[in-house]
Amino acid sequence: MTETNLMSDTSPILSVNDLSVAFGAARVVDRLSFSVRPGETVAIVGESGSGKSVTSLSVMRLVEHGNGRLTSGSILFDAGEGTTDLATAGEARMRKLRGNEIAMIFQEPMTSLNPVFTVGNQICETLILHRNMSRAEARAEAARLLSLVRLSDAERMLDRYPHQLSGGMRQRVMIAMALACQPKVLIADEPTTALDVTIQAQILSILADLQRELGMAVVFITHDMGVVAEIADRVVVMWRGRKVEEGAVADIFANPQHPYTQTLLSAVPKLGAMTGRALPRRLALTVMDGETPRRIGEDRDHGTADITAKPLLAVEDLTVRFDVGKTMFGRVTHRVHAAEKVSFDIRPGETLALVGESGSGKSTIGRTIQGLQAPTSGRILYDGKPVADMTGDETLRLRREIQYIFQDPFASLDPRKTVGFSIAEPIRTHGLLTDNKAIRQRVEELLVKVGLEPSHASRYPHQFSGGQRQRICIARALSCDPKLIIADEALSALDVSVQAQIIELFMALQEERKLAYLFISHDMAVVERMAHRVAVLYLGQIVEMGSRAQIFETPTHPYTRRLLSAVPVAEPGRRGRLPLLEGEVPSPVRAVGSEPTILKHREIAPGHFVAADA
Amino acid sequence: MAGFLIKRFLQAIFVVLCVTLLVAYAIRLTGDPALMLSQGAGSVTEADLARIRTGLGLDRPFYVQYLDFLLGLFTLDFGRSFLGGTPVRELIGRALPATLALAFASLLVSIVISIPLGIASATKRGRWPDQIIRVLSLIGLSFPNFWLAIMLVLVFSITLQWLPPSGMEGWQSFLMPALTMGIILTATNVRLVRTAMLETLQQQYVTVARAKGLSETIVLYKHALRNCAIPLITYLGIQFGGLLGGIVVVERVFNWPGLGTLAFQAVADRDYPVLQGVIVVLSLLIVVVNLIVDIAYGLVDPRIRTE
Repeated sequence: MTETNLMSDTSPILSVNDLSVAFGAARVVDRLSFSVRPGETVAIVGESGSGKSVTSLSVMRLVEHGNGRLTSGSILFDAGEGTTDLATAGEARMRKLRGNEIAMIFQEPMTSLNPVFTVGNQICETLILHRNMSRAEARAEAARLLSLVRLSDAERMLDRYPHQLSGGMRQRVMIAMALACQPKVLIADEPTTALDVTIQAQILSILADLQRELGMAVVFITHDMGVVAEIADRVVVMWRGRKVEEGAVADIFANPQHPYTQTLLSAVPKLGAMTGRALPRRLALTVMDGETPRRIGEDRDHGTADITAKPLLAVEDLTVRFDVGKTMFGRVTHRVHAAEKVSFDIRPGETLALVGESGSGKSTIGRTIQGLQAPTSGRILYDGKPVADMTGDETLRLRREIQYIFQDPFASLDPRKTVGFSIAEPIRTHGLLTDNKAIRQRVEELLVKVGLEPSHASRYPHQFSGGQRQRICIARALSCDPKLIIADEALSALDVSVQAQIIELFMALQEERKLAYLFISHDMAVVERMAHRVAVLYLGQIVEMGSRAQIFETPTHPYTRRLLSAVPVAEPGRRGRLPLLEGEVPSPVRAVGSEPTILKHREIAPGHFVAADA
Repeated sequence: MAGFLIKRFLQAIFVVLCVTLLVAYAIRLTGDPALMLSQGAGSVTEADLARIRTGLGLDRPFYVQYLDFLLGLFTLDFGRSFLGGTPVRELIGRALPATLALAFASLLVSIVISIPLGIASATKRGRWPDQIIRVLSLIGLSFPNFWLAIMLVLVFSITLQWLPPSGMEGWQSFLMPALTMGIILTATNVRLVRTAMLETLQQQYVTVARAKGLSETIVLYKHALRNCAIPLITYLGIQFGGLLGGIVVVERVFNWPGLGTLAFQAVADRDYPVLQGVIVVLSLLIVVVNLIVDIAYGLVDPRIRTE
């Protein structure tokens, strides 16, 4: 984050040389070398299975607790008091360094803090251990650390338990804990991946400030090229356990050398890349074919939406609330206002994106349309007919024509059934085909359609990668010829290169079958690429809705702007534009009797609606 | 909290009602106490037996006897023993402390042994310490408690003459009965601790604790163990019922003057009031222990406390 050239003459504080790590017979990290200087941020990027997290655990020598072994190389740590080789250091020496000289932040703030101890207890523990503080001193210092990571009311925060905090607050507690002893090296393993974008922007700016203040060396592990562009001085690209490229951040982005880096960068959706285009766009893909990249498909506009057709699905004034707090006599005290007077429609061939942060109600709306959740009020019309008035046969048809794809493809496939069985199940349930041979043939066609092999039908879900499993879920959704697919964060768990392939598959299927998508996502860059229209949700209400170009080029509601400004862009030249965002994502839980103000919408351009704030 | 306690109190009353009704009915199927009492008294006529029954109040209909017993409960009056006429409350007052002492000593033995062994087994998963602990646990599970009790008496009292074979005098007499019960509980608890620990050690906060530079002892006994407490406490609550059942047998072997011995004798003598009294106390004990378990959940896990 600081000027790299100023740092280049200082000697590295941490240098990893020729490091190999194995789990059993599998070599997960293969002769990796990189180094980091004080004040410098080195990003290690790569996709799942590239060995980047194992690298971070190896530096801490925690990989052995997971049955990993360091099979070669050295990890030299030199904080100006002589060099230690961490690869051969004893456990006692490592314990002195861990949390003290070298600290670590992990990906999942929800699971990184021990649920049964207070925040204060967990921070003080480190201070008492490494800085020999008394309990009272440690408590005062912990409060100071919490205010350093911009948590208000730090004193009271000390006595709270992790479950009482939001994800962003927990990650700030983690940072406070990691920085308690002013470490010389901070290893951050995907520290913002599980957070909403506005919270991610906060955390990144806190980290940058503290790094400047403390002069720490930071090893930042991530798969998100936008974050890399935002924070890194140098980048190490890992692929299948090896370093394939290393360089200054600007060079990596401007002039990637290794084919893998090129593919990776080409797959990253860049916010703002679509400016000036009215329609979503299908882009040619670069995929790795063994060791060489191969380009497939071509760039072209994606004009599948028929705006003159009558809506396939219309949602009118949909309100969904659920009761949460109850008194001992069963009286409801609090309700989640998941959706309040939400209205939109989707036409055949159209992709409508519902975007928003956690608690915005986007998933609840999807679940209500699918019939998994009863609406509190409002109507859902399918093909012009209210869903509530449908006969049994019509409901069955509805179930067939609206299909759902979830975020976690593994959790949504039965692990004990072959994927062929899972894909065939809707066909049998709806009686679309009865002949076993015909069903088998149909399953094989579907597998080919989503880019898999017919022979895959007899395999089980665990035999596939995450991307392949999501393809299987798509095949299952397609099996009953749906007209509308609700994709709830369907791309969020996938690596970017896989994500790009699935986006392409979604768009190809849309063109071929005039499918309509309700695309629920928090990822603005993906939405910009593939949606025809966008609805921005905030606390259960639509604050802005319009065409893709309207939302991304002339965002009008303050929340839409805030959301867009928080997205890191994969262009190092545009760094430093992240605004300083304060506050938490607000909660949709309200006391009974306290009704939210229903926002009124103004049409500021044809089809572009903006909530007029009260 | 007040609402919770009221709910649990009502539940307890219901449990005691059901248990006593079943016991009072079932014990009357075992035979006539008048016959037992008149044994060895030479020739007994039917009129004699009827007189004994009237004296004990057994000539009244079952529901009258039962209601009478329930009414007594309100004033903590369990009636008098058919044999000797000692108030049942007095008998229980003498036996209950002995049983409680033995039960808690057994639990203590089991906790002290099973937690370190379970943790060792989990951290050395698949290696020789784990294998040995698991085999020992299986052996412990396979022992019937009375057999183990007899073996201990044979070795420590008869052969070595280190410990008294029976009765309750001094701390030495606690060792064998507590060990007998404790070993059997330990065998299951070790497995429980191991499973819960294996699960907890997978959690990210354990890695985080290690990344802070904490020693393995603190990582295991502070960060991990507290998170295993919920399944452990749940199981200890369930185990307590089984423990009281097991104690009846073990108390007999060691001639321990507790509720088990009292209940055993009462069944043999068809001494209805004593047996009913013991059962009421035992079922109340189980209700109270489970209440303590529920309160303990909140103490160890703040997430439950806020619900």
